Amino acid sequence: MRSDARPLGYFTALLSTLTLALGPTLLGGCDKMRGGGGGGEPEKGKAPESASGASSAKPADPAGDTILIGEFGSLTGSEATFGQSTHNGIMLAIEEVNAAGGVRNKKIAVKTYDDQGKSQEAGTVVTRLITEDKVVAILGEVASSLSIAGGRVAQQYGVPMISPSSTNPQVTQIGDMIFRVCFIDPYQGFVVAKFARENLKLGNVAVLYDQAQAYSKGLKDDFIKSFKEMGGAVPSEQAYTGGDQDFSAQLTTIKGTNPDAIFLPGYYTDVGNVALQARKLGLTATLLGGDGWDSSKLTEIGGPAIEGAYYSNHYSHEEQRPEVQTFVKKYQAKYNQVPDGLAALGYDSARLLFEAMGKAPSLGGKELAAALAATKDFKGVTGVISIDADRNAKKPAVVLQIKGGKPAYAATIAPN
Amino acid sequence: MTKLLQTLFDGVAVGSLYALIALGYTMVYGILQFSNFAHSDIFMTGAWIAYVVSAAAGWAVIGGDTPPLYSGLVALLASMAFCGLLGFGIERLAYRPLRKAPRLNVLITAIGISLFLENIGQRKELFGTQPQKMPQLLPDTTLFTVADVNFRIVDLTVIAVALVLMGVLQWLVFRTRLGRAMRAVSYNIPVASLMGINVDRVISITFVIGSTLAAAAGFLYVMKYPGALKQPADSTWILLGLKCFVAAVIGGIGNVRGAMLGGVLIGLMEMFGAAYLSPHMRDIYVFSLLIIVLLVRPAGLLGKATVEKV
Repeated sequence: MRSDARPLGYFTALLSTLTLALGPTLLGGCDKMRGGGGGGEPEKGKAPESASGASSAKPADPAGDTILIGEFGSLTGSEATFGQSTHNGIMLAIEEVNAAGGVRNKKIAVKTYDDQGKSQEAGTVVTRLITEDKVVAILGEVASSLSIAGGRVAQQYGVPMISPSSTNPQVTQIGDMIFRVCFIDPYQGFVVAKFARENLKLGNVAVLYDQAQAYSKGLKDDFIKSFKEMGGAVPSEQAYTGGDQDFSAQLTTIKGTNPDAIFLPGYYTDVGNVALQARKLGLTATLLGGDGWDSSKLTEIGGPAIEGAYYSNHYSHEEQRPEVQTFVKKYQAKYNQVPDGLAALGYDSARLLFEAMGKAPSLGGKELAAALAATKDFKGVTGVISIDADRNAKKPAVVLQIKGGKPAYAATIAPN
Repeated sequence: MTKLLQTLFDGVAVGSLYALIALGYTMVYGILQFSNFAHSDIFMTGAWIAYVVSAAAGWAVIGGDTPPLYSGLVALLASMAFCGLLGFGIERLAYRPLRKAPRLNVLITAIGISLFLENIGQRKELFGTQPQKMPQLLPDTTLFTVADVNFRIVDLTVIAVALVLMGVLQWLVFRTRLGRAMRAVSYNIPVASLMGINVDRVISITFVIGSTLAAAAGFLYVMKYPGALKQPADSTWILLGLKCFVAAVIGGIGNVRGAMLGGVLIGLMEMFGAAYLSPHMRDIYVFSLLIIVLLVRPAGLLGKATVEKV
């Protein structure tokens, strides 16, 4: 081979390196739209349909016989089960409300876009939902970084947005248009810390978090704060970047401190990989996590390595409350799988939105946001939801343990 | 001491994977003077073909039996064969029609092919949009332990396969008629064709060899990290491709031995940085090394600088 290389060649090569790195950012935005209609699975390029035929809805006072709401989620990518479960929950709620006559005597239709788990995509698709599809309200996302990206756009246009399951406090701090139906991370961090300290009686817990996710960083801080207040010690705090494949350096350092447990506030794909490598390195410490673990993919990837681990979640399908059992039955009948926490939260967020739509004087952004903010004692699958002054929901959390490849109920920890 | 040896071993294992991929970049650059950015997607396809083959053979059942010993070899050969064909097809359909076009056109085509492969791979008929659990096809046991450092079969296989393939390539390029033809084409295409060398055929073979090596690296990569196999359009693959391109540039792009050296250097740099500095800045070490090499030796460590006549 020729071993020479010209300076110009390098310049071109580096330039193209840059182009390639930016390529997906610039080009990815235009091709990956998914429109979901009456069906359970969103289909590519399909316009939204409703039981009574498609029609466009105007934001203030829809003239047609449908009200269009928007949804954005990670339907593909490393967190794909998050978006798919949430979408299933939302579709179930819509099917029910339409069967019962709809809201304000109109049928509900939803337009769903895939953000591929990328924050730039989230901003793009929310803009599209608002400016092109003219939705009256938006449901989404699961990952906090993506809710923040989409939420900024929704706030700017004055369209109410409900995040079903983003737990980072910053999400609703964006402004008065952004709500959520789940608890927030300072509380979740407290729950995991309390469970580790009081139920498991652990003293030393190392932490390995994803520095690229607002959720992971926030939850890590909240956990460490609570755990130290309860008298526990955090001997090692390590970081990775979501998508990394090699955690050996971090895990070796953690192993050196000989902790009782490792707290992994990340998302399920990375957590599965970390668990595998931790066990390979001979780390036997208990693994702890947050609601980012809530996916059937976690046990697929982690296998025996994740067995026995604990994580906090929004609900357990084993709870005996009638709301939970009815929901689980309906969901299983429609999708033939056990609903995870994200499906339950998707379902709750949609139903809470429909209730507020029914109560609001009109469907304008301000009026709808005011009706959402006034939600009191809404009986959801994931608990009784009251929206507080910061537009968050206060609810108890459950702790689940992975047993035989399935999450099993371990404890309920209520807010103090 | 244990940590030093362990890091050294890990660095060499990862580095030899990088070297395998870097070879594909460097061979194409040596002959055609453009960077084949679709190379990282061939690598991704190689990894996914290994998964598809294992799934079809029933080795990827969650909680199923341990796959038989020959499964790794079958998956490796299948992905090498498929990606060899893919590389041949890409060159034939996308690059050959542009043989006389300005180099920038070819480069843009390469980026186009890269995006095409990523996105077509996401189709549910092909690989789908979600990560999948890659089964452990190679036995994952510790072969022997020296000074508390575990030498795992997987890592040793990775190094051994990479070394064998690089040895074969070295022999092919520098000891055979075909290799002489390849080197001739890389010096001067018109003159080589006047000497009776079938230039198109040599270029095709170069693409097939480069793609085969990338497929092997893809397979070895998922064996080394057998957790979640990332979906085709995940940024993990692009980042890996970039690192290996950097390896080729550091070694002196166009130079086969340079690519091997660059790959191992990058692997060591990454592992030592992660182990002794901070693990979450591992990519920064790699790209800093690139900047330093470009400042000190712009033609790369083994590259020869030439004067461009204007």
